[in-house]
Amino acid sequence: ICFVCANYLHAYIINIELYEMGWNLKDGLRDCLVAAAPYGGPIALLKAHNRRSPSARPQLEIFSSSGLPLASFPWKSGVVKQLGWTVSDDLLCVQEDGTLLVYDLLGGFKRHFSMGNEVSQSQVLETKIFHSPYGTGVAILTGALRFTLATNIDDIKLRRLPEVPGLQGAPSCWAVLTQDRQSKVLVANGSHLFVLDNTACTPVTPPGLSPQASSIVHMCVSFSYKYLALLTDSGHVWMGTSNLKEKLSEVDTKIKAPTKQMAWCRRPKSQQPSAVVMWDGLLLVVGECKETIQYHLDDDSILVPELDGVRIISGTHHELLQEVPGACEEIFKIASMAPGALLLEAHKEYEKESQKADEYLREIKEQSLLSEAVRQCVEAAGHEHEPETQKTLLRAASFGKCFLSNFPPEQFVGMCRDLRVLNAVRDYTVGIPLSHTQFKQMTIQVLIDRLVYRKLYPLAIEVCRYLKTPEYQGVSRVLKHWACYKVQQKEESDEVIAKAVSVKLADAAGISYSEIATKAYESGRTELAIKLLEFEPRSGEQVPLLLKMKKSPLALSKAIESGDTDLVYTVVMYLKNELNRGDFFMMLRNQPVALSLYKQFCKHQEQDTLKDLFNQDDDHEELGNFYVKASYKEQRLEARIGHLQSAVDEYYKAKNEFSAKTTEDEMRLLRFQRKLEEEKGEQLVGFSLHDTMTTLLSVGLHKHAEQLYKDFRVPDKRFWWLRLKALAEKEDWEELEKFSKSKKSPIGYLPFVEVCIKHHNKYEARKYVSKVTLEQKVKAHLAVGDVEGAAEAAIERRNESEIGTVLSRCSATTDHLLVERLNRAKATVAKK
Amino acid sequence: MAHTERRDAPGLPDFSLLKRLARDQLIFLLEQLPGKKDLFIDADLMSPLDRIANVTILKQHEVDKLYKVELKPIVSSSDQLCFLIRPRIQTVKWISDLVNSDKVAGRFRRYKIIFTPQKFYACETVLEEQGVYGDVTTDEWNFYILPLDDDILSLELPEFFRDNFLEGDQRWVTTAGSALHLLQSVYGSFSKVYGIGRCAKMVYESWRELMEEGEQRTRQPEFAKVFLIDRDVDFVTPLCSQVVYEGLVDDIFRIKCGSVEFGPDVTSSDKSIKVMLNSQDKVFDEIRNEHFSNVFGFLSQKAKNLQTAYDKRRGMDIQQMKAFVADELKGLKQEHRLLSLHIGASESMMKKKTKQDFQELLKTEHSLLEGFEIRECITHIEEHINRQVSMIDSLRLLCLLSITENGLLSKDYKSLKAQYLQSYGIEHLLTFANLRQLGLLEEQQAGETLTVMESKVGKLVTDKTVGKLTDAFSSLAKKSNFRALSKRLALVPKSGEEYDLRVPRDMAYVFSGAYIPLSCKLIEQVMERDGWTGLEEVARMLNGQEFAVTGGCSSSEARNKTDAQRIVLVMFLGGCTYSEISALQFLGKERGCRFIVVTTAITNSARLLEALLDNGASV
Repeated sequence: ICFVCANYLHAYIINIELYEMGWNLKDGLRDCLVAAAPYGGPIALLKAHNRRSPSARPQLEIFSSSGLPLASFPWKSGVVKQLGWTVSDDLLCVQEDGTLLVYDLLGGFKRHFSMGNEVSQSQVLETKIFHSPYGTGVAILTGALRFTLATNIDDIKLRRLPEVPGLQGAPSCWAVLTQDRQSKVLVANGSHLFVLDNTACTPVTPPGLSPQASSIVHMCVSFSYKYLALLTDSGHVWMGTSNLKEKLSEVDTKIKAPTKQMAWCRRPKSQQPSAVVMWDGLLLVVGECKETIQYHLDDDSILVPELDGVRIISGTHHELLQEVPGACEEIFKIASMAPGALLLEAHKEYEKESQKADEYLREIKEQSLLSEAVRQCVEAAGHEHEPETQKTLLRAASFGKCFLSNFPPEQFVGMCRDLRVLNAVRDYTVGIPLSHTQFKQMTIQVLIDRLVYRKLYPLAIEVCRYLKTPEYQGVSRVLKHWACYKVQQKEESDEVIAKAVSVKLADAAGISYSEIATKAYESGRTELAIKLLEFEPRSGEQVPLLLKMKKSPLALSKAIESGDTDLVYTVVMYLKNELNRGDFFMMLRNQPVALSLYKQFCKHQEQDTLKDLFNQDDDHEELGNFYVKASYKEQRLEARIGHLQSAVDEYYKAKNEFSAKTTEDEMRLLRFQRKLEEEKGEQLVGFSLHDTMTTLLSVGLHKHAEQLYKDFRVPDKRFWWLRLKALAEKEDWEELEKFSKSKKSPIGYLPFVEVCIKHHNKYEARKYVSKVTLEQKVKAHLAVGDVEGAAEAAIERRNESEIGTVLSRCSATTDHLLVERLNRAKATVAKK
Repeated sequence: MAHTERRDAPGLPDFSLLKRLARDQLIFLLEQLPGKKDLFIDADLMSPLDRIANVTILKQHEVDKLYKVELKPIVSSSDQLCFLIRPRIQTVKWISDLVNSDKVAGRFRRYKIIFTPQKFYACETVLEEQGVYGDVTTDEWNFYILPLDDDILSLELPEFFRDNFLEGDQRWVTTAGSALHLLQSVYGSFSKVYGIGRCAKMVYESWRELMEEGEQRTRQPEFAKVFLIDRDVDFVTPLCSQVVYEGLVDDIFRIKCGSVEFGPDVTSSDKSIKVMLNSQDKVFDEIRNEHFSNVFGFLSQKAKNLQTAYDKRRGMDIQQMKAFVADELKGLKQEHRLLSLHIGASESMMKKKTKQDFQELLKTEHSLLEGFEIRECITHIEEHINRQVSMIDSLRLLCLLSITENGLLSKDYKSLKAQYLQSYGIEHLLTFANLRQLGLLEEQQAGETLTVMESKVGKLVTDKTVGKLTDAFSSLAKKSNFRALSKRLALVPKSGEEYDLRVPRDMAYVFSGAYIPLSCKLIEQVMERDGWTGLEEVARMLNGQEFAVTGGCSSSEARNKTDAQRIVLVMFLGGCTYSEISALQFLGKERGCRFIVVTTAITNSARLLEALLDNGASV
């Protein structure tokens, strides 16, 4: 028999000693309120209240699972009825008056809340704290014998459950069940059993409960809420499913003394139901068969149900009781021929350099069970708590692996990693005695959280690095927690902390400095918060906190830096409501981006504010533009002119004489247009000067057009164009000719030719050809279709490109002679 | 294309995926308001929406009636109203009024606003101020990119230009960043990002932040490089008349969201026809990037070929005829239809463009670009204004004159401006103010000392640090730079040389050989040098703000000479013209790579200047 097997004497239950407790308790656990969190969590102790001297303040103490002190402080609040732990390792203290106080693992007060008026009036009789997928819940039995229940203390929704019929005093026992996504209470009143849910109280009977029982004195629900165990006053333990549909077994303990505690001891997927019942000095494991296993307890102990067993904590020791894992049983059973056992043997022989190793191996390989053997060894290693045993098993597995070609390495490698982490956290100084099964259930993220709660930052980071957790889920997260903790340390100066934080967090990915800064701000260190925000690379993240800290100018410039317009808007709108108008404008003035955004907003929403903004800046140019814009939105002429007058004033102030003069001209024009409109009934108001003149000329109001020409210093060229076009439009060729002779045309005479052609009057067009300047002669001739004339002119001017143009217009057949002449001329020109 | 193409041009990623994504999200959002509902759509979203989800699809998801948002009271009997809008304050205000008037009338309806591509806080503020925040539900349709063609992606945000460059409102920066991020998450990360311009830099920053927040995915990238460019880096190119077929069609008929409506003068019938212009149209695909002077010849050749194909029928036996009808006839008919449309369009354009006016306009433009006979140009512009030829064209010439000549002499500026106002009305005082603010049309500052300018420009420059003030100086200097840039980058080929437009030798062909688009030349140079080394002087003249960053995927990956490495994504912030796209296509073919153009909108000279008008109609 090897050394490992000693623990396996009792058929299928293994008792592992986890720790010798590091605490030094005077009276052990006697007369104490004790609460130990599952998954190897911390332990809280509170000496029972001394009714006779209520002024004496008991000490509340928190220890790790190995009994190392984590916190200790005198209890100053009311009478505590119950202690318990939340899923995130916070301590819950339920007071008699229905108030719940929440402390963190290191004794820091977090918050408190009440379980409602009804509870505080009728006082708390009994409490149960339970965990479900929805978080940590609390169920309270009040002095009025009613149940009040909250499924999640982080999101309190109190439910008062229906009355239990015939309940005179406290029920003999009760438990909380989570079924069908609902929390229910199972109550025993004597031999009657009831299920309480939101709406009803339903009597139930466990199938096959032995008739001798007159009362159910104890009950417990398994970790998974799937199974239920009942203990009757006749000493029988009934075990079945928690929906009370099926009985698994019933065992007579033959002990009728009052029990202290009962718990399920069962691993997931195990077929064997087994419960642990504890009396004073005695522990009994009951299972499927009639046999029970007994342990003697020297000391007051408590049971802590776990996912895969029960932990037993006494004043001196901490043990884990669990069903022997299948793989371990196969391997360590005496004279086992399981492949894993053979592989272990083979490896042992191999170490001894004995040829027996080969024989064992051969035996396994013949049955082609080698991969099964390796798998068994790896799995068994996971269940072992002793590093030496783990190593032996893993070495055996690794040895076996050598003879397999295609064995996937993940399982082996994963297990080695997991075990390394588990051994580290099981260490006495850390004190988290997690089993591998629990670890897998809880996930690495949660484990890291727990390490962080205990402020074991270096270890947490080591774990993350070792398991190669993605940085922002692992290392960065730990560092963030560390920094949040760091900024609350009052004794250090802002500079030191800021520096320390920045140095540590420098190259970590995905750190949100703003979160850390928020923490600093919350603990009253605004200056530190601002310093920390400087490290935040995303300026967008800085803004909300800066606003909260009333650092609005900084918030505004950060928002602008972020380039996120929405953020700038957020700040601007916040400031608009927060500051008085003057200050607000002043602030915008220094921030052009914010100002232009706000102007955009005002353009659509608050025209007047826009004006005020320009006014404040003495931006007369913009004000002028503003009025001009306003003017053409007006329908009434008076208002229009009014706006323009304001614009003129502003332009003068802006020393923009050009704009001022132009605007004044516009006012004159408008007045002129209206006058004429009234006199002649011609639609004119709003036209440009050019359009006005066109209209006037087209209706024959030459005098008025002439007047505009003089008054507004219209350039001659424009006026000639206008006249020319207007006359051609009316086909008043006689007048046009007269006009052409009135004086020398400032636009030349080519336009005359072209305009006539445009109106298909070649005859008139020809009249002007002769007047065209020499440079434009060719063009003019071509325009009227006189190729010969064009040729003549081109040759005369000896211009090669013009000759070319004319040539391109000649057709070879009809203008044979001309083409020749042109070609000749071209040649001559080219020669020169 | 007439010129030879490199055979190894890489294939393009499939952008239709973006449409599918957008459609799925829209459907999801519509389903959020179950039951029959009336849908109100912003006018400028109509065409893009049609490309994503047509009426049939909308009806399938219980859209009852469709309305255009007109900012007027509505007639709808539906109990559920859904608004699909751009995040604009005006529109939201209109919806608020609607809700409030329903309230007064005691009418109960459900309202849902879907903002696209994103919500803005300012819009929600309006809802809050109008007291209807609780009455409407809001959502975002992250429809950032509309693929207009295989290689043209558009954000369809024409207002980007005015908002960002004129109003100093940077709210679309994040939108552009998100668009890039979307492309990246669908098509893989980029190996290198280059850019120039203030806005480009901000877009890159916003994109980078999104990258850092999101998960890093390593996958084979489908693009190699990204080039971001601000529109205000190059104003000259969009101000020039376009002479490449697609650009010309855009200038004359206005291509809207990848489709154009040809009027009766083109279709030679009495009704207008709407045509999609993209690479699906085989006729169009062959001529889109051609200089206009070649198009006619090409089309007539094409017509002849078509005739030959039709003529094959003669002498066929029954069996062959059957096969012909089944296989070819439909294709031929389709081609025939398109061909006749494009011939019609060409004729109509020819009529307009061969006129004296247009020829002189081009001549003036070319003179301005060359810096030749400026006095005559001014006279021509003056005449142009005096004759009231075209409001936009006159403005365009003025701007070109100002940019190429580093502002107008004070005397010229005042006289031209006065004449312009006489022609087109005083409200253009505001237009001139806007153009001046953008640096498009300026008066040469004679007396002002640098320090005065410094404080003036300092106000315009928005960043906090002192370093930015140097930018202000360079932006001051920028104005004088077109000539220097043109010389340094050889934008204007030596005059006098014959340029055969049928065989283009460089990108200048898109402007009849007179000018290589500055934007495209810049991209070419940066790609060639793989960064800005050696272009420092050029960048300084362009107001700096250039950057080159090695992107997401590692350099070893980037070394892999995959197809993806030869695909370059160019993002124009503030719009790009079809001529620029043609020039880039040409460049791509020369260099054996492909350019994908992402733009905030397709623009041209008219759109650019219309965005800067400030008369009653545009506000």
